[in-house]
Order: sequence, then C-alpha cells, then structure tokens
Amino acid sequence: MRRSVRWALVAASAVMMTGGALGANATAFVGAKLLPIDGPEIERGVLVIEDGRITAVGAEGQVAIPGDAARIDMRGKVIMPGLVDTHSHVGGVGAADGSGPIQPGVRIYDSINVRNSGFKRAVAGGLTTLNVMPGSGHLCSGQTAYLKMRFANTPGTIDDILVRDKDGHAMGGLKMANGTNSQGKPPFPETRGKSAFLVREQYIKAQEYAASKARAVNEDGSVDESKMPARDLNMEALVEVLEGKRVVHHHTHRHDDIMTVIRLSQEFGFRVVLHHVSEGNRVANEIAEADVPVSAIIVDSPGGKLEARYLLLATPGIMEKAGVRVALHSDDWITDCRLFLRMAAIAHRAGMSRAGALRSVTLTGAEILDMGDRVGSLTVGKDADLAILDGDPLSVYSKVIETWVEGVQVFDRSDPTDYLYAVGGYGAGHDQDPYLCCYDHEQGMQILQGGAN
Amino acid sequence: MKRHIHIARHVVFGALCVLGIALTASAQNIAVRGETVHTMAGEVIRDGIVIVRDGKIVSVGPAATTAVPPGMRMLEAVVVTPGLIDAHSTVGLTGILNQKQDQDQFDHSSPMQPELRAIDAYNAQDELVGWLQSFGITTVHTGHAPGELISGQTIIVKTRGNTVTDALVKDNVAVAATLTGAARKSGGKSPGTRGKMISMLRAELIKAQEYKAKLARYQDKIDNGGDGDEAGDDEGEPPVPPKRDLRMETLVDVLNGSVALMVTADKAQDIASVLRLKDEFEITVWLDGAAEAHVMIDKIKAADVPVIVHPAMARAFGDRENLSMETAGKLADVGIFIALQSGYEGYVPKVRVVLFEAGVAAANGLGFDRALRAITIDAARLLGIDEQVGSLEAGKDGDIALYDGDPFEYASHCIGVVIDGVVVSEGSN
Repeated sequence: MRRSVRWALVAASAVMMTGGALGANATAFVGAKLLPIDGPEIERGVLVIEDGRITAVGAEGQVAIPGDAARIDMRGKVIMPGLVDTHSHVGGVGAADGSGPIQPGVRIYDSINVRNSGFKRAVAGGLTTLNVMPGSGHLCSGQTAYLKMRFANTPGTIDDILVRDKDGHAMGGLKMANGTNSQGKPPFPETRGKSAFLVREQYIKAQEYAASKARAVNEDGSVDESKMPARDLNMEALVEVLEGKRVVHHHTHRHDDIMTVIRLSQEFGFRVVLHHVSEGNRVANEIAEADVPVSAIIVDSPGGKLEARYLLLATPGIMEKAGVRVALHSDDWITDCRLFLRMAAIAHRAGMSRAGALRSVTLTGAEILDMGDRVGSLTVGKDADLAILDGDPLSVYSKVIETWVEGVQVFDRSDPTDYLYAVGGYGAGHDQDPYLCCYDHEQGMQILQGGAN
Repeated sequence: MKRHIHIARHVVFGALCVLGIALTASAQNIAVRGETVHTMAGEVIRDGIVIVRDGKIVSVGPAATTAVPPGMRMLEAVVVTPGLIDAHSTVGLTGILNQKQDQDQFDHSSPMQPELRAIDAYNAQDELVGWLQSFGITTVHTGHAPGELISGQTIIVKTRGNTVTDALVKDNVAVAATLTGAARKSGGKSPGTRGKMISMLRAELIKAQEYKAKLARYQDKIDNGGDGDEAGDDEGEPPVPPKRDLRMETLVDVLNGSVALMVTADKAQDIASVLRLKDEFEITVWLDGAAEAHVMIDKIKAADVPVIVHPAMARAFGDRENLSMETAGKLADVGIFIALQSGYEGYVPKVRVVLFEAGVAAANGLGFDRALRAITIDAARLLGIDEQVGSLEAGKDGDIALYDGDPFEYASHCIGVVIDGVVVSEGSN
C-alpha cells in the first residue's frame, strides 16, 4: 500500500516535472552514512535523487536540498549503491538445449519468468542489476540478459526489466564455458582439446561470415543482396562478439582452463570476463598481465566438483593484490543472492581490502557489464539504485531494509510480503527449483537432494 | 640378514624418537587467555583463562585469580569458546572430490540399511574435516546421509586423528532415516510415496519388536537355567539364541533407546509422521532438517522432540521450499530444544561450516547466546556427550576455539584451535 502511494507520487511528480517544476520530483535521504564506492565514505551524508537519477551526494550541510524535495530521515542507516550481480540464474531460466554444445543464437530473455520469486529474493538482498545467464553445461549456452529490478507492486513483462543501450538494444553478453561442465558424450566434447577446437572452429566460421557480409557491401555503400549470406542467428551473435559489441562471460575454474580462455580471447580479439576462477590465485599475475577482468565466487568449502577442488576463500584478495579487476557474483542458486553482501564480507575476511570487497559487488560489476557509467556508485547522474541497510554492509547482523531502483522503492523490509521473501517462510520459495546446468532436471534434483537412482 | 636387523633397529629407534616428540606434543599443557571467555557454563568471563593439562581442562576463571603454572604454553585471543560441535554433518563420508569413489553416505541397493556402520566409512583424513577444524569445529556428529529411507548409522568424532579410531568419541549414535522426496523413488520402486515410506518403517520396527522379544525370551531362559516356560522348550537342552541379524540388532538398539532415530523431514506432514512414529514405538527421535517446523511449533513442543535445524543458508527448493532463516529462533523462543547443523550437500559447498550457519541464525532471531549454545553445550546435550565436551569446565576435554572477534562476524577469524590439549590449528581462518 505504502509503495503504491509512492508510485503514485512519483507518477504525479513526473507530470509536474514536464511542467518545469524543478525539484518537485526530488527525494532527499538525510543523515545516513553514505558509501559512494567511487569516493570516501561519508559519515553523515545527504543523497538527493530526482526523476530516477542521483542529483546530489555529499556531507550533511554541504549539499543543497531542493526546497520542495521529500525528506527521508536516514540517521543511523547506511546507503550504498544497489548491488550488481554479474552472474545469476534467477528467473526459472533456460537457454541452449541438449542438442549441441554451441548455441549462441539462443537468447535467455525469451525464457525468463518475471514472477519467479528469485527476483523477490534479489531485491531483498539489495540487488538492483543482474546479469542473468544460461548455465555452463555447454561450450556456449546462449545470450545473457542484463536486467534492472524495476519491480514495485507488480512485475510486468520481461521488457520492463531489460537494460537497453542508447540505441534501444537489449544488453547482454554471451555465456561460454570450458572445463568439465561442458564436456559430455558427442556431439559434446569429451576433452579439453576438443572443447577448444570446437570453439575455435565456430569463431573462424563467424570471421568468414562477417567477411562475406562485408563483401556484399559495394564500395559506394550499397548492398548486393545476391552476395549477402543468409541470416544465421548463431553467426550473428558470434560476430557481435568479434566486433566487441557483446562481452563473453566465460565459466572457467582450473588454472589451465583460465589460460585457455585468455588464449582464445586473444586469438579472436574478443572481450571476455572470467567467471568463477576457483584457481585464479594460481595464475593471478597472468590474468593481470592479460588485463582481463574476473567475476569470482566464494562458496563455503572447496570441492563438491573437481574444478573447485582447490577453491580458496582468499582467491579474490590474491587476485586483487596482483592487480586484477575483481567483481563477485552470487551464481544464485549456487549461493543465495539475499546474502550477496556476505560474499564480499568473506572475501574481505580472507584478505581482500574493504574498499575492493565493496566495489566487487557494485562498481566493478557494473563496469564488467558495460554499465559503469549508469550504475554501481552513488554518483551524480547515475541511476538512483540504492541498497539501504541498518548497519555496516559487511556485518552478519546488518539487514537490507530498503532497495530502490531508478528512484522507486522496490523492497521494504517492514512490508510483510517483502519480509517473507527476505527471511523465507511459507510460500517464499515458489518456483525456486534450482537451475541445473549440466544434468537433466530429475537427475540433477536427485544429486542435489541426495536421493537414489 | 644381520645388517637388515641392524638397520631395522635404527628404524625402530628413529620411530620411537618421532613418537616421543609426538607424545610430548599431545601432552602439551596450555593456558588460553581470552578478553572474553564463553564457558557455556555460567557467566561469560571477561579476561579469563582456561588451563589445560594432559588433554583435559583443569581450571577456568578470571585471569586475576587463576594462576598459570610455569612451563605452560600461552595462547591469547579476543574471544574464546569451547570447541564447536556440529550436530549433524556427513563430513568424512561425503569426500571433497564428490566423485563416486569418495561418496560413502548412502548405498542405494536397498532403501533400509540400518546395519551400515559409519565407523566403517569415515575418512578421518578427508580434507574437509581439516577445513571444519580450521574454523573452530572440534566435534562432529556425522555418518550416513539423508537420501534413503534408512541410510545407516552415525558416529561422533573429533576433527583430529589419523584414523577413525583416533577420532572416535561415540560409535552408533543414531540411525539416519529420511522422509523427504530424496528417499522416494520412481519407476515402480519402493518407497514411492509418503504412505509407503511410513508403512515400510513401521513394518521394520515391528519386526525389530519381535526380534527383541525373541532375545528377551532367550535371555529369560539363560536367567532361569534354561528352564523357560516357552512352548516346545526342551528340558535340559541349552537355550538357542536367535540367529544374529545385524539389521535387527541395530533397530533393537533404537527400540531400547540406546540409539536415536534421527529422521530428516521437512514438510509439515512428514514432521507429523515423525511425531506419530515416536508415539507408536516410544523411541528416542531427533527431528532433523525440519524446514516447515515453523508451522508445527505447538505439535513439536508438545511432543518434546529436539530439533536439529537445517542450515540457515540452506537452499529453498523441493521439500525445503518453505524454509526460513528464522526457524531456529522461533523454535527456541517457545523452548523447543534445538541444535544446529551443517547438513548434507550433494554439490557445492560440499560441506557447510556450522559456525557460519549459526551466525546467520543468530542474526535472524536466534541471537548470539542461543546460537552459540546450539553449536556447543546444547549440541553436546542432544548428542549425549555433554559430560565430555561442549563447555569450558574442569574435567572436560581440552577442546577450545580462539577468535579475533565475535565468532559469528563475517570478518572475524578463527586464530587457534585446541583439541584434547593439542594445538591443531593456528593462523587466521
């Protein structure tokens, strides 16, 4: 109810805005500790948002608050940018199927259920931007989707939460994987050598596809339709990668697999983010040298799969010290995105700097998603995406109490429904079957739950 | 030949020297000083000292009034707690690699195998045992995992020792039963439904009642000089014991109450089934997991059944889709006896750290004191080992965990672990 009112206010104010009533749409959060991420922490600050954007950030007394701005007393609270999760599987998603190992033409946003309770958990954890991806059971399992959690009282459709670039195109990367998850019986590769070969073969094909398209364009810019190759959705996606328009999000754990990804990215000149990197500590200098960013994960113990055999809590910190740009990700359902800040805290426990840990779940993630100019820090001009906490974000005792996206409150811990999703309880877990990358559903559920057959 | 013997003597001598050093290490006398000492037996001590001699705690008190005998190794920490106890894990049976050859938590050849002993399956040297130890967990209740109607037995071990014999605290602690979807089968195999699960369990326990009666009649004959009044009893013939049956022997232990039936059940209707089983067979039941216990609080309270609550960070799907991070707190609020666990995981993380799970439970309604109790003294009481571990009191094992801050805080570290008076872990974990 409270939020419907707020929606209405925003809508009404927006109308007034068009009439030129400057500041009428503004909200000022007063007295909170601010963690801007791109600058020093502000003990008692003021944050002003207007029309979905941040318009002022600074210490209390040094920031002019528009006279007609709504003031919210935030003393004792902590405000940080909404969290950016660079690798998530919420939404009941599915992209590539079992028919083959490389399916770049498949888009994940054709599969997302916006009413999935995973999105409720995401906002309960302070997450505002997600890269929702297909799994690692394929060398290439399809196109990922960058989403903003623009939900308030009701979710609409996938179109309401897609992030679009300035040309209006839905933003996303391409999910790829190497190592053991993507291996299998033919047509899937059985070895690492075969995995790399199959990928190289497709990128060479894409190079040729791009070349033949280029040949169909005459010197005067006109197109010779007779020379134009037939549309091929798989090739189109790979060409976007070759042209740098689409980033490869690459599952890779073992040190040698990490180096293979770097090698292939250099051969074909594509932009890549190394995901998981359980053994990133073993090749931290090499990753830094290649200037490739990583999106790492921490789980609470090593093992559980051969690739994560040598996982360390210290790996993000070790990579940070080597000069690698390190983001973190929840990999929800692997870890619960409601506790995404916990991962940053554990990385800090194991040696990552406090500033680096906080940046790893906000601005570095935003940069990895090519959204560093829009989200990830409390910076004037950026989207008003906020996580508001009742204490330090790296403490087990702190709670996310409110989440805002583009100036609209999307989570309020004092609202009973929101609270249910924040802590769990009857009805909170609906639609929450885990996304199983590498098994058929029944087999995977048995493995997870420990059952027979 | 003589030369070989000569060499052999040297080897033996060398081995003795090494052994000598090892014995010295194990006999180390240690004083642990903490700015805050949570003894779990009475008030928290500010600036306290715990003295350990020959593996046992000999005294605990304020530093001002506790004399440290000369020659003791001194360890210091911000916070000192008893070595932590994980009330239910599968570590040591569910190996780190998660490959077929290191997974011994269930055998799928039959849905009920209470005869499988954990002592025959526990790998004391699995790396994940050391992983738990490094965070201050010194005692673990582990064994066969949820995943078959009855998957086998459990044991209690310390997280040190080269062999299960070294590590063992208590054998055959509980029989692990499962009433979740993980133990229901498809394709015409049994048990395929909830009803079938309970009918199979009841039938087996009734068979055990009959076996127990046979044993009693046999004992009665022995006690009465082989002159029982059983029909067909031949005067003068020595009484014949019932044929040994490992399965029945284990279930008779359950009927006698010397072994608990630990039942993993998450849905409300399955929790109700557990309570019915307890009533029918008058056995000791531990409710394990219990994701929907928050809607069964009155019933569980009335039945006086302890609950080993699922990990606070467990995933909400399947039978656990309605779990809550607040369940442990809600149960404790009404006085239901609880302990916390790391549980069983089929994938990653292959083992959870009960310290971390307790921290999240603490922050979600359970609170610091009750969360710490649930992984120390209350876990010990539930498991029946509170005479030996679970608190810092004279006479108990020298099991101590040292932290550089609030043990539940994400950014705190475990900076030392002592088990049976041996410093087994240092550093900053």
